[in-house]
Amino acid sequence: MLKVPYVTNYLSEHFADDAFTTLEGYEREGGYTAARRAIHEMEPAAVIELIKDSGLQGRGGAGFSTGLKWSFMPDDDERPRYLVCNADESEPGSFKDRILLERGSHQMLEGILIAAYAVGAEKTFVYVRGEYAYPADCLERALREARAKGYLGENVMGSGFSHEVVVTRGAGAYICGEETGLLESLEGKKGQPRKKPPFPAQYGAFGMPTTVNNVETFSHVPHILRRGVDWFKGIGTEKSPGTTLFGISGHVARPGLFELPLGTPLSEIVFEHAGGVPGGRKVKGVIPGGMSMPILPAGELDVPMANEFLRERKTMLGTGGVMVMDETTCMVRAACVITYFFRDESCGQCTQCREGTGWMEKMVRRIERGGGEERDLDILLDVAGKMEGHTICAFSDAAAWPVQGLLRHFREDFERHVHDGKCPFPASFEL
Amino acid sequence: MVIGEEVRVEIRDLMSRYPTKRGALLPALHRVQRELGHIASDTAGELAELFEIRPIEVMEVVSFYNMFHATPQPAHHVYVCTNLPCSLRGARGMFKGLATHLGVDERGNSEDGRIHLGHEECLGACAYAPMLRIGEHYHENLDLEAAKRLVDELD
Repeated sequence: MLKVPYVTNYLSEHFADDAFTTLEGYEREGGYTAARRAIHEMEPAAVIELIKDSGLQGRGGAGFSTGLKWSFMPDDDERPRYLVCNADESEPGSFKDRILLERGSHQMLEGILIAAYAVGAEKTFVYVRGEYAYPADCLERALREARAKGYLGENVMGSGFSHEVVVTRGAGAYICGEETGLLESLEGKKGQPRKKPPFPAQYGAFGMPTTVNNVETFSHVPHILRRGVDWFKGIGTEKSPGTTLFGISGHVARPGLFELPLGTPLSEIVFEHAGGVPGGRKVKGVIPGGMSMPILPAGELDVPMANEFLRERKTMLGTGGVMVMDETTCMVRAACVITYFFRDESCGQCTQCREGTGWMEKMVRRIERGGGEERDLDILLDVAGKMEGHTICAFSDAAAWPVQGLLRHFREDFERHVHDGKCPFPASFEL
Repeated sequence: MVIGEEVRVEIRDLMSRYPTKRGALLPALHRVQRELGHIASDTAGELAELFEIRPIEVMEVVSFYNMFHATPQPAHHVYVCTNLPCSLRGARGMFKGLATHLGVDERGNSEDGRIHLGHEECLGACAYAPMLRIGEHYHENLDLEAAKRLVDELD
């Protein structure tokens, strides 16, 4: 089945066209000209500078400057260096990387070639989540075409630069989306994140200097080279240039994938593009960037979807997965689903996370069943606060934030469960 | 020998793609599981020998990842995504309806042992909820009736 976004821009412009998934079709739309120009005509340092100047922020969740990340690769280091493409998309509410692979593997691959040339990587490992069998097949097909055409392997495009891409499939562990968990998994181990520093640029895949970027991040790169920094900066906000693929799910008339400039108001995404809540019901809350990101109440949907504005509302863009919940929704039930997920996916290395995720789940479930006490709400916040910033990786923070967000904006839902001894939202989704 | 020569050749080829032999462990486990259905302890032992690591290092990887199985599996795995985006669009009702339809026990196995029904975390199909996965294939934009038809068609 063809999965097309409902609103397209430069990344997804040709996603409805099956030919775009082939090398020939991709080249017909100008594909691989940016890689060719970078490799033949530009110094690697100039490519890094250009991406730095463009202000491109990583689209995997943290929003770090892509060019700056590339510049962290050590100079005067004789070790082999690698690029890693994080295609372990598992953040609940996110499905953009899957579609970027299914409909635009060559676009991503061109970004990888440019990045590999810029940081001097001899090999790229694309780590695709295990469940993405079809997206991985789409990528493998693109790789075969690129190899046959001399765009991969020895002497890429006749330049003397050599590069190979290896696809590794994960096996069903959310934590492998964390970059150092991913690196451990890539090395054939349990995906338990590493302590940083050292950062991947110093000690990454197989102990070598490594740059890790997300599928979407790579996909933007050829467009920036082709059309220039000024063009890119003209889209989005001053601090957050470019578009992103917003994935809308939950209680909306038209769930789908919408490629829109960063800074687009959340209300425009929910009401105009996704058609608002069906049945004349009202919005209750919206998770703006994948399940790890704190929820916003209906009154705050005016927020422009870029990190500089979302941070003021104590949340973040994350992976752009927008989850809409209507007025029937029980936020305690939502908390049950969220805390179950994080308890289930904690890798178990750090005590705060291993124990904290379990405590939060048990307490939230007890409240949902009507057995909660008033003091439980403050204990929940206390546990969440102690999980934040005290562990090896950000998973523990990601588990704490949604609970904090729900209690910040929907404490009343929790209190009513405690006082009524049962769920006061009979029309809510069931557990 | 549980792992046949043909698969061993493929595993050696996989090893050549990574800077260390062990880099090929996950791909090798996928390959072997596709052949044998699960990774039993004797299989893990053979893999350990091939990878020059200890059997426990293979088993700890098998047990860490949801997609690897250490015990024999039913012919069909049916996984319904019940994470939040799917739950908001009726996935849990669909899951319960399927459980009744298949008459699964508390572990999710059908009476004849051919089908395992489980729930799964977000599969990246949030705009096409509710959905389920049978083996490697996604089935999206479902309702209970459509889901029943899918499981009825399994042989």
